[in-house]
Amino acid sequence: MAVCVAVIAKENYPLYIRSVPTENELKFHYMVHTSLDVVDEKISAMGKALVDQRELYLGLLYPTEDYKKRYGYVTNSKVKFVMVVDSSNTALRDNEIRSMFRKLHNSYTDVMCNPFYNPGDRIQSSRAFDSMVTSMMIQVC
Amino acid sequence: TPLTPPLPSVERAPVVGAGDQNLFTSIYPTLSQQLPREPMEWRRSYGRAPKMIHLESNFVQFKEELLPKEGNKALLTFPFLHIYWTECCDTEVYKATVKDDLTKWQNVLKAHSSVDWLIVVVENDAKKKNKTNILPRTSIVDKIRNDFCNKQSDRCVVLNDPLKDSSRTQESWNAFLTKLRTLLLMSFTKNLGKFEDDMRTLREKRTEPGWSFCEYFMVQEELAFVFEMLQQFEDALVQYDELDALFSQYVVNFGAGDGANWLTFFCQPVKSWNGLTLRKPIDMEKRELIQRQEATLLDLRSYLFARQCTLLLFLQRPWEVAQRALELLHSCVQELKLLEVSVPPGALDCWVFLSCLEVLQRIEGCCDRAQIDSNIAHTVGLWSYATEKLKSLGYLCGLVSEKGPNSEDLNRTVDLLAGLGAERPETANTAQSPYKKLKEALSSVEAFEKHYLDLSHATIEMYTSIGRIRSAKFVGKDLAEFYMKKKSPQKAETYLQGALKNYLAEGWALPITHTRKQLAECQKHLGQIENYLQTSSLLASDHHLTEEERKYFCQEILNFASEQTDSPGHKVVLPMHSFAHLRDLRFTPSNAVVHVGGVLSVEITVCSQMPVPVHMDQIAISVHFSIEKNSYRKTAEWLTKHKTSNGIINFPMETSPFPASQNSLPALELYEMFERSPSDNSLNTTGIICKNVHMLLRRQESSTALDTPSGVALDDGAPVLKCCGVTLEPGANTITFRTQAKEPGTYTLRQLCASAGPVCFVLPHLYPLAQYDVYSQEPQLHVEPLADSLLAGIPQKVKFTVTTGHYTVKNGDSLQLSNVEAMLILCHAENKAVIYSNTREKASDASLRVQSSDKVTSISLPAAPAYHMIEFELEVLSLPSAPAAGGEGESTMLGMTEAQRKPKDTQKADHCMATTDHKVSIECPWSIYSTVIALTFSVPFRTTHAVLSAGTRKYIQVCVQNLSELDFRLSDSDLVDTGDSTDLQLLPLNTKSQQHICSRQSVFFVWELTWTREPPPSLRGRFSMEFRPASEERLSISLKPYTYEFQVENFFTLYTVKAEILPPAGTELCRTGSLCALEVSITRLSDLLEVDRDEALTESDEYFSTKLMYEVVDNSSNWAVCGKSSGVISMPVVAQATHRVHMEVMPLFAGYLPLPDVRLFKYLPHHSAHSSQLDADSWIENDSLSVDKHVDDQLDSSSIKSRGSVHSAASSEHKGLPMPRLQALPPGQVFNSSTGMQILVIPSKDDHVLEVSVT
Repeated sequence: MAVCVAVIAKENYPLYIRSVPTENELKFHYMVHTSLDVVDEKISAMGKALVDQRELYLGLLYPTEDYKKRYGYVTNSKVKFVMVVDSSNTALRDNEIRSMFRKLHNSYTDVMCNPFYNPGDRIQSSRAFDSMVTSMMIQVC
Repeated sequence: TPLTPPLPSVERAPVVGAGDQNLFTSIYPTLSQQLPREPMEWRRSYGRAPKMIHLESNFVQFKEELLPKEGNKALLTFPFLHIYWTECCDTEVYKATVKDDLTKWQNVLKAHSSVDWLIVVVENDAKKKNKTNILPRTSIVDKIRNDFCNKQSDRCVVLNDPLKDSSRTQESWNAFLTKLRTLLLMSFTKNLGKFEDDMRTLREKRTEPGWSFCEYFMVQEELAFVFEMLQQFEDALVQYDELDALFSQYVVNFGAGDGANWLTFFCQPVKSWNGLTLRKPIDMEKRELIQRQEATLLDLRSYLFARQCTLLLFLQRPWEVAQRALELLHSCVQELKLLEVSVPPGALDCWVFLSCLEVLQRIEGCCDRAQIDSNIAHTVGLWSYATEKLKSLGYLCGLVSEKGPNSEDLNRTVDLLAGLGAERPETANTAQSPYKKLKEALSSVEAFEKHYLDLSHATIEMYTSIGRIRSAKFVGKDLAEFYMKKKSPQKAETYLQGALKNYLAEGWALPITHTRKQLAECQKHLGQIENYLQTSSLLASDHHLTEEERKYFCQEILNFASEQTDSPGHKVVLPMHSFAHLRDLRFTPSNAVVHVGGVLSVEITVCSQMPVPVHMDQIAISVHFSIEKNSYRKTAEWLTKHKTSNGIINFPMETSPFPASQNSLPALELYEMFERSPSDNSLNTTGIICKNVHMLLRRQESSTALDTPSGVALDDGAPVLKCCGVTLEPGANTITFRTQAKEPGTYTLRQLCASAGPVCFVLPHLYPLAQYDVYSQEPQLHVEPLADSLLAGIPQKVKFTVTTGHYTVKNGDSLQLSNVEAMLILCHAENKAVIYSNTREKASDASLRVQSSDKVTSISLPAAPAYHMIEFELEVLSLPSAPAAGGEGESTMLGMTEAQRKPKDTQKADHCMATTDHKVSIECPWSIYSTVIALTFSVPFRTTHAVLSAGTRKYIQVCVQNLSELDFRLSDSDLVDTGDSTDLQLLPLNTKSQQHICSRQSVFFVWELTWTREPPPSLRGRFSMEFRPASEERLSISLKPYTYEFQVENFFTLYTVKAEILPPAGTELCRTGSLCALEVSITRLSDLLEVDRDEALTESDEYFSTKLMYEVVDNSSNWAVCGKSSGVISMPVVAQATHRVHMEVMPLFAGYLPLPDVRLFKYLPHHSAHSSQLDADSWIENDSLSVDKHVDDQLDSSSIKSRGSVHSAASSEHKGLPMPRLQALPPGQVFNSSTGMQILVIPSKDDHVLEVSVT
């Protein structure tokens, strides 16, 4: 179960960020922002290998004390997805995280395909994307 | 004692020795040294990969207690192999003692079902020599084998002279060691396998009540120990990892409500939090606690991690230790929470802090500096975690507050320190031990600060060094918070600014807002008024804040503005964008052009982003004035033409939450690009080019001056448009500025400045550019035809436009037109003028009075204000002046018909009308100079004439061609002879009625010309006709008729030419291909006349003759002229003299063929002056050569000659020779009576091919 889903542009500004519970939004923003350090590190460290293997999933970024795990994913156009997962739910294995990211990626691609969406703009008015993210946040795997 | 657990990595698997103890003691050194020397391949069960291992053993003396009892779980102390040593070589001795001893030993082993044993017989040559009754060497061994090694003869080995240094000894040793290793391994495999099986069975029972994790822990750890002993650290680590995972799973299950009984023990309250202990290989105290099932969760975790750490360090993986440590600490915190274990506040922080430092120090202890520096990424997490924990401890114990800790804080500190217990002995002598650090940090405010700053700075430095800037900034923000608490805002500011810059650059709205809020507080404390106000304005407009917060910050600005009113001079300049947004700007008039003195208004829409209405003292737009050099640019006309906008300028919304780099980039301007090869225009390359690369690839400014107010400069002293006392409501506000234009020029709006007290919000640049123009214009008069061109002869309308400019037209002002003779200004009773404003809006109608006198026509203008236009129309008429038809005179004078003109000329003349220019000078009331206006009138008609002959009768044809777009009615056409010769009479053959002539059409008029005296004189004709536009029924004035004058001479017929073609003799009709006779007769009609007197005339005996040249030409190639086609004849100048020429022609086609042309020329003798002059226009040029060659003699050319094909080589021979000249006879003088005749030609019979040409 994801507690925060963020889509971050190539230039590292947030395209979309949503978290539950909403009252601690700021904390999640800081959390996602700092985790970009690790995302960047991973991309540059295994950049070449990633391209060769077409592996977009970056794996666990790093754990935190409050037991929320952050996972990273990067698209070929260097748009980053960061997901904060409440890992008290240990049933969530790597493969499931992967498939969640893939779903997110598909949905993001749909947003990009919208001719009225200007690439680089915040994703604000996509109901489909919103509901997909909601489903990932509620979903108990 | 075997019960004490051995120290791992020192302890070896026990091999129990029995028998001759002294012997063993002597051999032991060599044995223990040699055994691990060679590796053995260890094949393992469950498909695990085989491994090469070095065996080492711990040799102990046999005791019966050593043998494991049934159900023993201890593996480490398990006797893997029993060896019986004997040196016996004497049968007697063997029988007497050794055999019994062996039997006893074997029985004991059997009783304990131990099957791993070996009997070693050491043979000693020296010993043997001493004995007398020596048996063969093998006998003792054989005996032993016989007695004990039932079918297992390999269980008894011989070792020869083990202490000697001989090859035999060596050999014997090798064989023995191999055997020993093999047996040892066999035993390991068997016993370990059995142990693992037992262990698994035990694990499977974990759901049964009464199962204890701690018991199981001890069993599996036993296995780990053995692996460690075998130096299989990887396998050992796996055992601990399995235990770790099992325990974690239980905790998670417990959290999910599936609790195990044994787990409740781990839920006892935490009483000790002294952190991990990693400096001992095995923490015996904790191990015992686990064994006694008294360990707390932290004890178990600590012990488990310590073991994992030890093994990982053996495996040279210190960075994994760091990584696992962080995970461990996190999960411990979580597990305690999950199990709802009661933990005193701060206890966990202490534990984590100590543990972090312990791990870091442990890693530092086994790595060198360079290694650590290059692996900061692995350790920095621990540093950061420790910093975080120390911070929260500091806050908890009141070490961060300004006043220092209170008694409650102190009590808490004492409790926390108590939980640490005493320092462990292994670190007691270390100065920087985690224990000492924590104790010191909690001891005083100053010590805490020192330690906290040390840690923070180290963490920030580490993060920065590995490029984790964001994390570094985040720690920096914590530090800033600390500094703020410690009342050192100047130190906090740097960190806050750094973090804010980072967030701004990457566009993270929420962190920006949060950090700004902190920064605002910091700046307030620091007394940085401008910065504080700016931050406040940013926050007041920030939608991520609550309404109350925004109002607060807005009020802060307003308070400052109202407080500072008494100290003038000092201004606080802030950028506008945070305060309000200029949305659009609208000029009235919409083209933003006003004349001097005119009123311009500028209406701006400003969206205030403040949460409350804000009263501004003044809103001003500063204006830049520039004088336009080009005076034409200042006219209303030009400005109106070049400014087509609706007067609204929209300013794009700034999207500040995005990073600056994003929104400042312009959109790509892409264009197709084709490159073609210059030779054949084929496509070489194609592509897309970006035209604004220079904009896109610009280096990004590293420091965005988004928050620095110094970037805004106030435009002082410039002219301004002002609006005072405006209250800006939240949202859109409309503000209107009015100005009266003064200096002509261009005014550019530069800055928008809203001020309240000393606070100014400035928008430094208005972009897109907003400009308005003020112009001053000289009065002007324009006269232009209403239609495309003016036609002469009929009334035409001309439009007068008076642009008043700065001049005001008063009543009585008039235009004075000097009259031109040939042009009339038609005055109507009522003339209307229209007055327009300079924006082309109709202002009023007025009447216009036109008065004409002899010389001058005066137009009195209606009164009109400055910068208006007066428009009116007048009718003018260009009179056809006397030489109006003069343009046509040229052809007239020649007396030649139009038919002789080259077609090219005719065509050219078709298109353009003859024109006349009239210049009118006008005196205007605003100027002492008069304006001269040229009007060009076109003559709508073109007239040509021709003389037509019928034998001796003559006709004059006049063709009137209408070149204009109008239709006309023609009437009263007349042709008179102005020569006043009574001999000539003109008889009209035309209709009397009116004739309609459409645009671009012609009308022909014909008169028969008769005369009473022969030869008739020349005719000087004047053609005239009345015309009026067909569209207008009645014209107010009578129009002058159109006239055309011409002269015709020498039109009297002198010769008639008659040609006739006769079929060949004996046939009725001509046939193609057969020769026919061409008879040409040329007849003179009159006696000698005045016109005949020229060079060709020769006189002999009062008998006159002239030379003529004839030529037969067939332009349509119907005929082939056989033989000579031309010749010169001498014609007697006598009436009725006839000359006949006979020629042969051959028809080339069948059908009715027109006869070939016969042309007649006057043949003038050579004249030196004209020797080489040939009429260049004449067709003769081509054919004249034969003329020259065969002068006078009428020699027939024998060849068939086709016209135009002659370019004889002879021409060059005769160049320079005197050449006779040919002169065409005026067409009136020759009448060809056979023109238009045709003759029937039938196809020849034997022609197989019938050629018919259709043209």
